Formats: sequence, C-alpha cells, structure tokens
Amino acid sequence: MEPLTVRDLHKSYAGREVVAGISFTLKRGECYGLLGPNGAGKTTTLRCCLGLTAPDSGAITLVDEPVPERARLARARVGVVPQFDNLDPDFSCAENLLVYGRYFGMSDAAIRARIPQLLEFAGLAGKEGASIRTLSGGMKRRLTLARALVNDPDLLILDEPTTGLDPQARHLIWERLKRLIADGKTILLTTHFMDEAERLCGRLAIMDAGRIMVEGAPRELIRSQIEPQVVEVYGEDAPGWAQAEAATFAQRCEVSGETAFCYVADAAPLLEHLAARPQLATLHRPANLEDVFLKLTGRDLRD
Amino acid sequence: MELSPRAFAVWRRNFLVWKKLALPSILGNLADPMIYLFGLGYGLGGLLPQVGGTSYIAFLAAGTVCASTMNAASFEALYSAFSRLHVQKTWEAIMNAPVSLDDVVAGELLWAATKATLSGAAILLVMALLGFAHGAQALWVLPLIFLTGLVFAALGLCVSAVAPSYDFFMYYFTLFITPMTLLSGVFFPLEQLPAAFQVAAQALPLTHAVALARPLLLGQAPPMIWPHVALLAAITAIAFVGALALARRRLLK
Repeated sequence: MEPLTVRDLHKSYAGREVVAGISFTLKRGECYGLLGPNGAGKTTTLRCCLGLTAPDSGAITLVDEPVPERARLARARVGVVPQFDNLDPDFSCAENLLVYGRYFGMSDAAIRARIPQLLEFAGLAGKEGASIRTLSGGMKRRLTLARALVNDPDLLILDEPTTGLDPQARHLIWERLKRLIADGKTILLTTHFMDEAERLCGRLAIMDAGRIMVEGAPRELIRSQIEPQVVEVYGEDAPGWAQAEAATFAQRCEVSGETAFCYVADAAPLLEHLAARPQLATLHRPANLEDVFLKLTGRDLRD
Repeated sequence: MELSPRAFAVWRRNFLVWKKLALPSILGNLADPMIYLFGLGYGLGGLLPQVGGTSYIAFLAAGTVCASTMNAASFEALYSAFSRLHVQKTWEAIMNAPVSLDDVVAGELLWAATKATLSGAAILLVMALLGFAHGAQALWVLPLIFLTGLVFAALGLCVSAVAPSYDFFMYYFTLFITPMTLLSGVFFPLEQLPAAFQVAAQALPLTHAVALARPLLLGQAPPMIWPHVALLAAITAIAFVGALALARRRLLK
C-alpha cells in the first residue's frame, strides 16, 4: 500500500497560483511534514489530497485510490485532524466518537467497542459523558485526534495539530503522535513549528509560495542547507556593527530589528572579536531547522 | 450527483441532537400555531359567517398545519443547518469522513423534513383531539406535511448555502415566507384575492399544500391531487439540485 503520492499538483484561486507544481511521496510508516509560512499552500494541498478541492492539474493517489475520482473510498482509510477543531458541540465525548464512526459506515457495536481505548489514548478516560463545552483546548485537540482514529486509518493527516496549545498540551500531543508512529501509522502533518517538525518528522518539505523549496530529513537539511554555527548578536549597536564588520567573520549575516544573525562554519574568530565589545550581547548556538526555514522563506511577515 | 446511504448517518446525527430536547422542541413548535388558531379562529372567527363552507376555525386548521410545517422546515434548514455549515463547521468535519457533500445536503434535507413532520404531526394530533380532523382521510395529511417539509427544507438549504450570516435569513422570511403565508389560502380563501394575485399564488408551494390539506382535514377528497403533488415534488427536486450546486460552490472550491 502506498499512503500518498502527489505529482505536479497545481491549483489557482482567482488567477493566483496557490499550489504551483508540488510533488512528494509518503513512505509507509513515516511521519512526513509540510512546513511553510501562512499562505504557502499547505492547507490547499491537503484539501486536494482529500478530494475536497479539485486540482487544476496533477495526479494524486491516496491509499492506492486515485483522487478526486475515488476520494470517498480513499477517505474511508484516512483519519483527519483539521486545523480548527470542529467537534460536535451538541454531543458528549463518547457521542462525538459514536456519531463520527457512523460516517464511516461502522456499526454502533463496533464503535462502542473502540470508544474506551480511544478515550484512554486521548487521555480522556472517564470523560465519556463530558460535554465538549467543558473541555480545555488541549482536551479538544486530543479528542479530535481520537476521532480521527475511530476508523483505525492507515494514514493520518494533521493540519497544524498543536497551533494554539500551551506547551504542556503540545508535549502530550507529540507524545501521542510518536506512539502512533511507533505503532506503524503513516502521518502527514503540516506545521510552522520547527521544533514540532524536528521532533516528529522523519522527512519534511519546506514550502513557500506554492512550491516545495527543499525536501529531506531535518538533520540532513540543517547540514546541507546552512552553515553549522549561529552567533546571534543583539543590542542597540548590533545593526551598525553588522553592517561594518560582520562580513569579515561570517559567511552570511541577517539583521532583524536589533539582532544580527551571523551564520558561520567556525565561530571562534567571531566570538573572540565580540568578547572585546561588551556593549553587544551574544548567543552562540548550533544552526537549527528554523534557521533553514528562515533562510529559504525569508524574514518578511506573511499575513 | 454523489449520493449514498451515508446521508442517513447525517440524518441520525441530527436526530440524536433533537432526541435530547424532543419534548421542549415539540411543545415549542406547538405554541405558535395554537395561538394563531385559537386567537384568530375564535376571536376573529366569532365575527365571521361560514368561511369556505365551514366554521372559520375549522377552515384555519388546515392552513395552520401547513404554515407551521413550512416554518419548522424553514427554521431547521436555515438557522440550524447554517449553524452546522458555517458556525460549527460540522459539515466540514463530516466531509473528512467517507461522506460526500451531496450526502450531507441530502441528510439535512431529510432531517429538516422529518423534524417538520414531527411538529406537524403533533399539531395534527391536537387538532384531531379538538375535533378539527374528520375521519381517516386526515391521515393523508401526514405524507402531505412530509412533502411540504421537503419543499421548504430544499428551498431553505439554497438560502443557507449562500448566506454570509444569520441576518441574511431575515430577507428570506420577510420577502418570501411571510408574503407566501398571506397569499396561499392559509387565513382566507384564495378567491378573495385580486385575479392577478390568484394566478401568482399558484406559483407558491404553500398554496398547493393548503389546497390538499383543507379538504383532507374536513373529511373530503381533494378535487385534484396529482397536479399539486407533482408541483411540490418538482419544486423540491429543483431546489435540492440548486442547494447541491450552491453548497459545492461554497465548500468544495
């Protein structure tokens, strides 16, 4: 079974190309991330993959079914966690799972047999009868995840699963997703949290303006796309210093507000130079995925 | 069109919500028509000679059943369906499962018609207890109110599919539902209207529902059956196809 193949996907809205020729393939059992700033085309790509939007061109195969032609059949073996919670506010936790299972054609008996383990997985054991309105944001997110598992899907698609959650809630979601990966589920997730992607994804693609800029394992991308060391220089004088002197020590230097980000292969000469300038605060750290992301997609705001 | 039996899963979702508040829902839907029936039926009816060959309140009974069925279906297809479509995003959640948008719209259509039938049947029962339903013919009003529910559910879903917010529904009620209530023979015989309005009234679905319900409740056979039924069915079919197209434009773009 091939979880998902996307070939040369194009989609335009009102003359603006939102997805401009995307190709990627998920391997069975991996967690694959689509990263990109707001408006990069992540959600549109997911909608096309689920058959909820017809692409202008391109070919999609979802769990071995061609999409959109046989999207409904494919969705029977896919679980979806949407970007915004859309749990049924009229129902309790258990009823949400029961009603959702019916959409998959499951019998009430089969769904009821799964409800305890799904709630247990979501950390909501004992909350069968609790109204959705009484749940915290993190609990709702976990219940949405449990709902996506009601049909025991082969592929799980998550659109920004931890946006808006506090650190505790995010860590709990990550822990559950890792458990699912360990159990052999294939996961496709979109996010703009780099730590999330680094923790969960075996491979990821960084998207911008409807295109995939790079694809690979997080560590491999950090190694191949960017200098290994970062020295952040901040303070009132940092921009002036960066303009005058950074080029001597750093391969690349980006200024954002009062901080200069210096990307270097060897940080020692730069740190020595900065030690003599106590008015500039410094932070020396290894390069991470966020640096790769910002290098590829730029520092401009996306609204 | 991509319809499947999964539409019933959508129907069952709505039924499960309704079941939790079934009694208040039915009683709530009963209050309004009963106030009209007794207020106008006795209050105004006391001043009137026979209307349409019967007492005014007996005349009004059939119109009340049809008008409240129309209202129940319209409210469900407008406010309630719109909440699920736009506010709660329930439709989007369902469409991530192997259920098509067409199934969702069909499930909503059947549910709104069912709910209208449930409240229509409650009104019918009260009328029968009060002696305004004569004989077994009156039972034919049940399938008629289901068909009436379908018509107004389908029309309402068209409006929901294009509505930007709840406020939009005021136009539909003010410009369509209210004039129809007054022009369809609910409160007075159509013959009282100027000729041009009588012709226009024939285009209104409520006219045809009332035309069938009134003789049935009075224990008579309606002079014509199939032209009315065919027209109601045709409007349902056209409005349903329209609602599908409009919902697709809104949600599958």
